[in-house]
Amino acid sequence: MTTADLAPGAAAARATDAILHDTVHGTERGVVVDSPPGAGKSTLVVRAALELAEAGRPLMVVAQTNAQVDDLVLRLAEKNPDLPVGRLHSSDTDAYDKALDDLPQVRTSAKAADLGALPVVLSTAAKWAHVKVDEPWRHAIVDEAYQMRSDSLLAVAGLFERALFVGDPGQLDPFAIVGSEQWAGLSYDPSASAVTTLLAHNPALPQHRLPVSWRLPASAAPLVSDAFYPYTPFRSGTAHGDRRLSFAVPSDGSGPDRVIDEAADSGWGLLELPARHTPRTDPEAVRAVATVVRRLLDRGGAATSERAPGRPLPLTADRVAVGTAHRDQAAAVRTALAELGVADVTVDTANRLQGREYDVTVVLHPLSGRPDATAFHLETGRLCVLASRHRHACIVVCRAGIGDLLDDYPSTEPVQLGTLVKFPDGWEAMMSTWDHWSEHRVVWRP
Amino acid sequence: MSLITTLARLEAVSSGRAQPVATVRHRHLSARPLVFVPLTTAGEAGAPLGALAGTDRDAPRLLVVPQPRDRDLRFTFLADLADTVLPYIDSYAGSVEAAERTETDPETGQRVKVEAELCADAPQLIVPSRAGLDFVRLLGRSMRFRRTAEQDPEAPYPAPPRVPLLGRWLTHYGERSRVPGSSLLLALTDVLSRHWASGQSALEDQHLGALLAWIDPPEGGCGAAAARRAELARDAAGQLLCPPAGPATDPAFDNKLLAPAIERYDRARTALAAAEDALAADDRLAALTAAEREVRDLVASRTRPTWDAVWRGLDLLRALPEGAHAEERWTRDRWSFTGHRDRVLAGEPPQPRRDDAVTAANKLATREREQARLEAQEALDDPLVMAGRRLAGEAFTGEVTDVVLAYSEGKRPSPRPLVTVRTDDRPHLAERAKVYRSLGGRPQSAELAGQEADGVLVLRVLDKMGRGKEPEPGSVPEKGDRICFTLFEHEQRGGARLPDPEDTPWTHGGPPGEPAPEAPDTVTEEDVL
Repeated sequence: MTTADLAPGAAAARATDAILHDTVHGTERGVVVDSPPGAGKSTLVVRAALELAEAGRPLMVVAQTNAQVDDLVLRLAEKNPDLPVGRLHSSDTDAYDKALDDLPQVRTSAKAADLGALPVVLSTAAKWAHVKVDEPWRHAIVDEAYQMRSDSLLAVAGLFERALFVGDPGQLDPFAIVGSEQWAGLSYDPSASAVTTLLAHNPALPQHRLPVSWRLPASAAPLVSDAFYPYTPFRSGTAHGDRRLSFAVPSDGSGPDRVIDEAADSGWGLLELPARHTPRTDPEAVRAVATVVRRLLDRGGAATSERAPGRPLPLTADRVAVGTAHRDQAAAVRTALAELGVADVTVDTANRLQGREYDVTVVLHPLSGRPDATAFHLETGRLCVLASRHRHACIVVCRAGIGDLLDDYPSTEPVQLGTLVKFPDGWEAMMSTWDHWSEHRVVWRP
Repeated sequence: MSLITTLARLEAVSSGRAQPVATVRHRHLSARPLVFVPLTTAGEAGAPLGALAGTDRDAPRLLVVPQPRDRDLRFTFLADLADTVLPYIDSYAGSVEAAERTETDPETGQRVKVEAELCADAPQLIVPSRAGLDFVRLLGRSMRFRRTAEQDPEAPYPAPPRVPLLGRWLTHYGERSRVPGSSLLLALTDVLSRHWASGQSALEDQHLGALLAWIDPPEGGCGAAAARRAELARDAAGQLLCPPAGPATDPAFDNKLLAPAIERYDRARTALAAAEDALAADDRLAALTAAEREVRDLVASRTRPTWDAVWRGLDLLRALPEGAHAEERWTRDRWSFTGHRDRVLAGEPPQPRRDDAVTAANKLATREREQARLEAQEALDDPLVMAGRRLAGEAFTGEVTDVVLAYSEGKRPSPRPLVTVRTDDRPHLAERAKVYRSLGGRPQSAELAGQEADGVLVLRVLDKMGRGKEPEPGSVPEKGDRICFTLFEHEQRGGARLPDPEDTPWTHGGPPGEPAPEAPDTVTEEDVL
């Protein structure tokens, strides 16, 4: 029997059990887990950490950002308030979330030696790189390992004997701010992802995959799976009727309202503005994004989900996010939202939205208004992050003409000998998502 | 491309002249650079056709390979090149000054200062364009693994003395040129387009003649038309009036002029070899010399215009004053030069064909740090560059409208003055974002404490005010001051220390093992690449 025949919960439980078994009882030095968006990666990390701690193995946890580390510490403390946890942090001001100070079992320090005796110590890869130890940790968990660069794994790999590597292969690849073509094709290319290097040198390591996305609704999982994970499909943990988004205030017939209704109904909405070449911070598109957000909040949205069937929760500003490709676009959207009197809505770039979850997201399409399609804008991971942050619906705002633009600019990245070609390429993913979204198109002239 | 560069390019298009994008020169230029204008043979990678090289703009040394596919002639060329370049390099190796260097003490593991020699100046190589950089690397690679008869009497294809050494130096220079802001080996088109924006694409800017036409068009002429002429205009025989800067040559030149000349040379050589008596040999030697002369003249005719253009470009750059931080970056270039000199003197083997995992990671870390440092320093050195950063929301200039002295909480309150700045710029500032300004060359940091109205920012100054309760005089901005804050840091933190190569962890394949001598090419055994 394959996992596809099982109920989502059973399939996920089976995968998790296999992962934990390999991690705690396996003989290999590493275990790799691929996790699609919202598949319970953090839950898995917390469970693995608790089991390793229970087995009496000193554990270090490596995450990529301070926010991720703090989040893991809080989750660990919530699951097991008796487990002493160390939070290693940098000596900057505000190096960690002050909420940790309220937890008696969490000890914070900027020196690893202060925390050495604790069963679990967590920090960022950047901080771990400065730690020197005589005796390596028995075990490590490396979180967001696909977003970690090979060179930063090189700096910390000497600290542990064995490790569990967890991450999402579909999200943004790590990048370098200078050219690194010189090392392309080498198994240890320092600009490649940590997992790529790890598997190139240790191809026999057990690899697992979490098969169910609990975040993405049934309307989104098939598209995201087909477009971004064609060879490692996953499915939604919920069925079509499990989630509902409704609005108390009826549509006023405007473009933003119609696209909101389309998205509430089908999970996707595409608000298409007239074709035009614009600067990155396209004022009309930015205003359209802000208007959609404003109307989402004004219309008294309510979201029903499997977590509380029959009890709709209000769609508040903290459950809505706006995603963009560039920081200046995010800044422009923030300004536009402030002008419309909207506060507390998260507006960020794809890079910063990684790992976050909202009920509804509004996305400014990376290619909107562009005269060309560069490798940056075609990057698979960027679009994947933007299209997979939502539990209920995703609204894409875009200038018309993406299809033509893609036809004019096929991918032209040079193929390097010895590198793994990533499938699907960004162009292909752009095209397939665009085809799908076109079915939910609302044409609007602001 | 940043908005300000786009704007400059648009202005260049409409005015017909390249527009300055820098007010100072951001790269160090040596008083006595060695200019190297190489040409390569079509169809065979790494087969030099000839070159002009030298430090005297009026007397370049012309080196020519009359039959580029003849390996002996190629080695003669490389030996001659070594005779030109190595004495130039050596002339800088001897003059040193005392300096300090931080090293890790092998016993204690502490970072300690040790006295070291630092070359007082370093040799600088200039090539016309980016393709020239690649060619320098290729030459370096093809030479550094070769063995001379002296090094290895058994070597089946011994290289002339000094050729492997030149290969190591060219490799070092080629590798150093990948470090952002370094100036040991410069491609002139890159440096020129750092300082001027032309009205053509970045790709077209790699044509030195066209780029110079935009920057310095002929008297009363239009840059766009002059660039077009430089790129496309041909004489009655179909030859380009302005030959490309190379190393690749124009196909029309290859087909119409070069190939027949080389063929005549080949025939003359065959005829000489077949000569039966001394008299005939004399005649045929004269014919061979004439044929060789012909190839030499052709190569000279295609390199000399580029040679003159390179010097013209250097003149244009020299007219700009050097940026304040360029000297500091040049000092790091001098360290790089000194380091390689020491490795050569210590008898270390040539640079390996591929970096090991640790070396690659270290190089990448260094280059990223230098890139960030370069971007910050260029902005600090040059108001025009800073204007671009301001336009991009990464910096802002404003007038101080109010200063309120406040203190930090805690046992020993320290000054944390609140400075109100009115600015017309639109920085992308998040809540409590850190900003930096240059205070006597050192960065002072502040954080955003509040935003009063559009363009009115309240900043809390955080450091560089001394240890006392009162801030040191001059350390806090005063009302009426015009100050510039950046959102980016001015100095870069050092990265983490990576393990030694022999401690490479299992995730990266473990220790690389002892380096083995490079094996020759499987098809052409006389090549070691």
